Amino acid sequence: MAWARRILRVNLTDGACTHEPLNMDWARQYLGQRGLATKYLMEEIDPKVDPLSPENKMIMATGPLTGTCASTAGRYSVITKGALTGAIACSNSGGFFGNEMKNAGLDMIIFEGAAKTPVYLFIDNDDCRLIDAADFWGKSVWDTEEGIKEKHGDPQIRIASIGVSGEKGVKFACVVNDMHRAAGRSGVGTVMGSKNLKAVAIRGTLGVRVDDMARFLETTAAGKAVLAENAVTGQGLPTFGTQVLMNVINEVGALPTRNHRDVQFEGANKISAEAMAEPRESDGKPNLVRNAACFGCTIACGRVSTIDRTHYTVAERPEYQIASGGLEYEAAWALGAATGVDDLDALTFANFICNEQGLDPISFGATVGAAMELFEEGVITDKETGGIDCTFGSARALTDLAELCGRGEGFGAEIGLGSKLLCEKYGKPDLSMSVKGQEFPAYDSRGVQGMGLTYATSNRGACHLRSYTVSSEILGVPEKTDPLVTDGKASLVKAFQDATAAVDSAGICVFTTFAWTLEDIAPQIDAACEGEWTSESLLEVGERIWNLERQFNIAAGFTGKDDTLPKRLLKDAAKAGPAEGLTNGLDKMLPEYYDLRGWSPDGVPTNETVSRLGL
Amino acid sequence: MLKALNIDPGKCTGCLQCELACSYENEGLFNPAKSRIKVFNFHDQGRFVPYTCTQCDEAWCMHACPVDAITVNRATGAKEVNDNLCVGCKVCTIACPFGTVNYNSATGKVIKCDLCGGDPECAKACPTDAITYVDADWTGLDKMRQWAAKTDAGNTGTGQQAAH
Repeated sequence: MAWARRILRVNLTDGACTHEPLNMDWARQYLGQRGLATKYLMEEIDPKVDPLSPENKMIMATGPLTGTCASTAGRYSVITKGALTGAIACSNSGGFFGNEMKNAGLDMIIFEGAAKTPVYLFIDNDDCRLIDAADFWGKSVWDTEEGIKEKHGDPQIRIASIGVSGEKGVKFACVVNDMHRAAGRSGVGTVMGSKNLKAVAIRGTLGVRVDDMARFLETTAAGKAVLAENAVTGQGLPTFGTQVLMNVINEVGALPTRNHRDVQFEGANKISAEAMAEPRESDGKPNLVRNAACFGCTIACGRVSTIDRTHYTVAERPEYQIASGGLEYEAAWALGAATGVDDLDALTFANFICNEQGLDPISFGATVGAAMELFEEGVITDKETGGIDCTFGSARALTDLAELCGRGEGFGAEIGLGSKLLCEKYGKPDLSMSVKGQEFPAYDSRGVQGMGLTYATSNRGACHLRSYTVSSEILGVPEKTDPLVTDGKASLVKAFQDATAAVDSAGICVFTTFAWTLEDIAPQIDAACEGEWTSESLLEVGERIWNLERQFNIAAGFTGKDDTLPKRLLKDAAKAGPAEGLTNGLDKMLPEYYDLRGWSPDGVPTNETVSRLGL
Repeated sequence: MLKALNIDPGKCTGCLQCELACSYENEGLFNPAKSRIKVFNFHDQGRFVPYTCTQCDEAWCMHACPVDAITVNRATGAKEVNDNLCVGCKVCTIACPFGTVNYNSATGKVIKCDLCGGDPECAKACPTDAITYVDADWTGLDKMRQWAAKTDAGNTGTGQQAAH
């Protein structure tokens, strides 16, 4: 129970759609979603394949709790070899698509091969087929969602699709569902585009059962009560969203600014949650319309926003004078502080475009930041940018590049390379603020030391969600640690990595862990799933997943040398704020981390570790 | 005291916990597609609106049913469908001006909100009190209180006092 026990295999090359039973032995070892799909991927592809070749596979996966009444239990992930990184990619999304997939009786959809011409997959419970997508190719995510619903005459279909950016090979294209929820990072949408797969459209009405319904209702109700009573999940996130962090992170001197040149942004307050709630002059209404929830979520951190109708981006374009997905913290940082732009409406517009055309706003904004530094250093000029004035702080450059990158056109196509390839192309590889090819999110590891180790060792390239030690180092959850020291961070990072891998594999949202520990989560999984599930067994599953992902990357050609940070963070000290004078002390944390992991000094899991985890 | 479901769309976040609870209560599994209450997402306006049967006194569905399969539960006021009598003719789905009676092709019967026998699961599941189950004669009480609090009359300058 909880698992649908069924997967769908879609061979895009020959068009065959075949149901198969789920491998339950693997489900017990890897739980679901992130872990289980990585196991399938590891078994079915050579990690050395070109991510954009037909030999790469792409898996959409739900967790055992997806589609149940557990809070936040609507998650699904896209697992593949990432186009941006060449590493294992697992991008997690909320919205309502995951629930629909589970209700169609699917734990996973495995896509293999590549279609000769654009197609979309249509699933109506047991009926699964590929349909010609010529009408939708070249269309945005928003138009594709609307068009597919109209074509099938069913407004209740849920859709995950790519925008034009994914068709055009932008390296950080994402898969967007429900208009503005995204499997965002690592270029999973680029892989989807390379397979000529425009969209997956699902209508699922089969229902979801769990093992022990009565106990599940009790344990999930207890979990919801914990979320409601917690200050972060019960008050902070619903009221301010993740944007509650903007001023906090700026004050602690960990807000990477202008491509990580600075650690504090003078315009932070103008792009913060507080600014989003401030009535504007033109119509007296604030940017923020209201908060919104993903499927089953009792936190509801999502932002619904509008752009000032008099703003240059939308004044002549009524189609954007609507309420839609607003700024989350990571997007606000990347589109704002990383580029030095403090125009809230320009950021909101760029965010709309990222949703509409399927761009990861983190990698997009950070790459624009890198391009702005190249421009200010005179490495690139008007000639390369096509006349766009790419100085730091230029809102017009940001919004123009969002539209160009979304369509894969002009200098936008170069932004679409991601910062690593862009900076290499112009002979300045050190200006790419990335690890394993993936751009940093919104925390400067000089001011939050543990995040340096988090980024360096993250299996999908720089990422905050793999081990969010900000929670401990800045917010004091579950207990406060000093953000400016490296002591104790190796074990902190490992603990967060293992727990998060289990949470991601269950089908719930990692934001629950601001309030929930595994002690809150295990009883819910235990009631839902057959077998015995405890905090300890979940941690073991998490550790197994982490090591499996590491094995994938090693087989793909990554080594311990890739567990590093850009020189700027290791050599150039923070210029201001509490971390002034500090660089990131990665060299003090990494050997201890390898040791705690049971890896060799060059970062390879030892035979003993491999066998202990049953890999 | 007769009670009624009271819906405040302004408080709804669109999480669908009400649909999960409704489908579990009525079908024994989690299946929003079989929920008697639906949350509508007016995306471009940023509005979520839960919608279900309001239990009309002179219920169109009840009067339209040719086999008297829809009857009033005297204790709750709910118009309930008797599955043993329902022939799946769907005349009630046409008669209902609000669309809250719907056909279930899996059973060949119609389904609608029956207030869970007087203890509606949707209201209990709602995390934001967008759906409450209150005195049927006073569904406007909360709104009246909010507006009352905004009136100046009677303000003696001694600070705000809680109204009951």
